[in-house]
Amino acid sequence: MKRIKFDEQFFEIDPNETVLQSLLRNNMQVPYGCKAGVCQSCLMRCLDEIPVPSSSQIGLSALLQKENYFLACVCMPENDMTLALPNNEQVWLEAKVVEKEFVSDNVMILTIQSKDPFAFFAGQFVNLRNQAGTIRSYSIANTPNAAHTLVFHIRILPNGQFSRWAASELDIGMTLSFSHAQGSCHYLEGKSEQSLLLIGSGTGLAPLYGIIEDALENHHHTGEIHLFHGSRDATGLYFETKLDELSQHHANFHYTPCLSGINPDKHRYTQGRVNQIALEKFTKLDGWRVYLCGQSDMVLQSKRMAYLQGAALKEIFADAFLS
Amino acid sequence: MSDTLNTANATLFEQLGGEGAVNAAVDIFYRKVLMDDRINRFFEGVDMDKQAVKQKAFLTMAFGGPANYSGQDMRNGHAKLVEMGLNDSHFDAVVENLAITLTELGVSDALIGQVAAIAETTRVDVLGK
Repeated sequence: MKRIKFDEQFFEIDPNETVLQSLLRNNMQVPYGCKAGVCQSCLMRCLDEIPVPSSSQIGLSALLQKENYFLACVCMPENDMTLALPNNEQVWLEAKVVEKEFVSDNVMILTIQSKDPFAFFAGQFVNLRNQAGTIRSYSIANTPNAAHTLVFHIRILPNGQFSRWAASELDIGMTLSFSHAQGSCHYLEGKSEQSLLLIGSGTGLAPLYGIIEDALENHHHTGEIHLFHGSRDATGLYFETKLDELSQHHANFHYTPCLSGINPDKHRYTQGRVNQIALEKFTKLDGWRVYLCGQSDMVLQSKRMAYLQGAALKEIFADAFLS
Repeated sequence: MSDTLNTANATLFEQLGGEGAVNAAVDIFYRKVLMDDRINRFFEGVDMDKQAVKQKAFLTMAFGGPANYSGQDMRNGHAKLVEMGLNDSHFDAVVENLAITLTELGVSDALIGQVAAIAETTRVDVLGK
């Protein structure tokens, strides 16, 4: 059995237990968020010379990897480890709410304005934290701008601790904490003729919308851009008018709204699962860049399909939402 | 003449093109493995990024580069698959996919033979023999 040392105490790791689970089981106060290796709230550092499992470093910068940082929530130790929290704990920035709009029964567009200039790429995500300390990751759906605003598409979940609070209690003018932007799901400069395939379900549209805006407005992307947005029913598809307008203004942008459930208008909506529709339409993805965002099963399945259909692994950018 | 000398002194890993060659091979190799109905059931439900990291480590080792894991790691890592029925025929299929990948990348038969021979050394551990 492996042992970890943290805060001058030793803890045992049970079989199949992660570092985070062990610490929480022993009532240690450490920050965490998604518990799935995504949000990086549980970033820790191993002080031993032995490398940490590489699977617990996915998504970290090369520098952090080299310095033996890892994500506690997905780390199953292969050796005994001496642990510390990062010296500079997650830096929280402040913003105030400037706009809040419901665009469907369960999707809210939240716009916040950072007090300070803030660097990010559209499509990356930040962690939002409310006064109660609840932390959730949301993708940024707009591009950097002079007013330092950030736009999020927030899906209101029936039991969502954060989203329900945001829907009912968060008001314009209130302050909110947010983290630095993370993630590699964003537009890449330098290949403006490349074909892009973007597949999103539900609020998986958020990062894709930001990426499309970035590609078309800031980088004058000339390659074909195909967006497939899916939901079960029509109320889950929002921004339809905006996306229609965008396709009217840009000949290389194509928008396909898809419905897997009840379809009120077969001419307007393609019937079926969004990822299947997209990947059956484009069966040869050699040289393409693929963005996949939304429900995690859909994302993982599509990633495999896109890869098997010829997309290089490094050209597939996936953001699996956890709910 | 200097070429001949270099080739004679270069390690297998260098002759194949080092890490760049591994990166070029891993996408093609892993895709073949996932499309191969003889073996792809062993890869159901795995995280592709994590798996690609493992495939890269395997190719690096098979290319004669640094091995970042031990025989015991191989044994532990494949124990569940052996329970699922992983056997010699599946191991052969993986080596076959590796050889086809290298052929597609224009690697000579002689070097492919050396890669296959290194891969072969992991058979007992992978199959838990």
